[in-house]
Amino acid sequence: MIIIGERINGMFKDIAKAIRERDSAVIQEWARKQEQNGARYLDINVGPSSTEPVEAMKWLVEVTQEASDLPLCLDSTKYDAIEAGLKVCKRPAMINSVPAEAAKMERVFTMAAEYGAEVICLAMSAEGIPKDAESRVALAMELVATADAFGVPIDNLYIDPLVLPCNVAQDHGPEVLETLRQIKLISDPPPKTVVGLSNVSQGTRDRELVNRVFAVMAMANGLDAAIADACDDELMAAVATARILLNMDIYCDSYIDVFKKG
Amino acid sequence: MAVEIQREKYRSKVGEVVLGATKEQGGSRSHTITVGGESTLPFLHFEGDMPNRPVVALEILDMVPEEWHPCLEKYYGDVYADPADWAKKCVDEYGADLVQIRLSSADPDLKDSSPEDCAATVKKVLEAVGVPLIVIGCGKAEKDNLIYPVVAEAAAGENLLLGVAELENYKAITSACMAHQHNVIAQSPIDINICKQLNILIAEMSTAMAGRIIIDPTIAALGYGIEYTYSIMERARNGALQGDKMLAMPMIGNIGYETWRTKEANTPADEAPGWGEQEARGILWEATTAMAYLQSGMDILVMRHPRAAALVKQNIDELMQDNSY
Repeated sequence: MIIIGERINGMFKDIAKAIRERDSAVIQEWARKQEQNGARYLDINVGPSSTEPVEAMKWLVEVTQEASDLPLCLDSTKYDAIEAGLKVCKRPAMINSVPAEAAKMERVFTMAAEYGAEVICLAMSAEGIPKDAESRVALAMELVATADAFGVPIDNLYIDPLVLPCNVAQDHGPEVLETLRQIKLISDPPPKTVVGLSNVSQGTRDRELVNRVFAVMAMANGLDAAIADACDDELMAAVATARILLNMDIYCDSYIDVFKKG
Repeated sequence: MAVEIQREKYRSKVGEVVLGATKEQGGSRSHTITVGGESTLPFLHFEGDMPNRPVVALEILDMVPEEWHPCLEKYYGDVYADPADWAKKCVDEYGADLVQIRLSSADPDLKDSSPEDCAATVKKVLEAVGVPLIVIGCGKAEKDNLIYPVVAEAAAGENLLLGVAELENYKAITSACMAHQHNVIAQSPIDINICKQLNILIAEMSTAMAGRIIIDPTIAALGYGIEYTYSIMERARNGALQGDKMLAMPMIGNIGYETWRTKEANTPADEAPGWGEQEARGILWEATTAMAYLQSGMDILVMRHPRAAALVKQNIDELMQDNSY
């Protein structure tokens, strides 16, 4: 499983402050720390309170790229901001994200095709997040078919079944796992899958424990990627171990270090 | 309707390692040899590239061999006493791509030759032939650790392939290779996990050394567990092609050494009449063993009988014919 480092996000106070003050050192420190600990993409999110999301996204992309060669995952609901980021990305990026809504799919898939970007597709529509696996998979199929119509290759799609906090929507957990399994059956080759891992533990006391147990369960159900805390050593060790137990990597005593170094 | 041929796509490839150095590069070899670089499983030229052909080394010792089968005397008997002449004959008469010298005389239970004597022998062999050289110790770790730095220094610039590093004893040889820019054979006991771990440990000593490792998975001869080594090599190569950098190294095997320990290669015809003539049988046993390992990705085959080596070189010629479509 690929870890998309979640830390460069304006929801965190230090990042919001760094964006306001254009303090590149803070951003670059987090870029390096996440890469060293095993992140293979870096999520870039200016945060909900940014007053100038387009400029902020452009700046964040530029300063992050000075510190790390990892591909970036441009995370915003404002597509102008994503497009500004795509324009300055040195290597193909990932767009985070698009729901199964016609106007949004048109905008995002057009951009994705133009910039050769990967896309995180959310299994939700204007009506919200479905509760059961079947409805999530139906939305995934709609997203895959629409992406194809716009010329986005299926290899570039990551379906996010949408994870909800386990303390408020406990019944969604098994549905998400079932969705992960079924998505691998909707086409050949199938799209990849991704989750926003930390959502599952929102508001719980032992957040890191909940995150890593769910990560391993999702991997066993075929999960390809997670937006997660790459600096959580226990999480990274659990993921590396799950890769061994799923026969994705060849065992050696230093397998955790090898996973982090990529 | 046209048939669509399914081709496997590989994510990565095996690293290339250059052996030997010419005068311009600081050595004295007439040419260098590059091994590795495969971006497909062996000889599937239709799925990827195999830019460098597998090579055949002939093995020599730095003393008259005590346990080699007498049938080899008619090929090497006149040069057994002089490693330089022996190496020259391997190259000039038997077409060896490179020569591997085993410093057997350093064994404390044999002649206990000093590191300086070993270095002098290596220098003599380097002067006698122009091909890149593989040098391996006597097999007693304590003594070998004294030999590596002296030989590495004496042959500085020649870009040797020096062996062997093992999980329990890799630091001295790796340091010697780092200091004088040689390549190292990393040997594991038919064990993919140890193979990978040893490569990691060597790479931790020096990032540059990661690109100077040749894997010796430890091989078995035909009839003695060849399928175990075969599957380990297959797994390593599949790992390499799927992006596992710590397994993406070329591989070497001591085909001659292992084959000529088997009863099938050595038993005289009068003791086993149904088996046919001993020498022909030994040659085929060695060549067949080598051919199986070509198919599992071996890049350097260290052989003993010159006629077995010739058969294998011919087999490599045939396998390297383009079969892409």
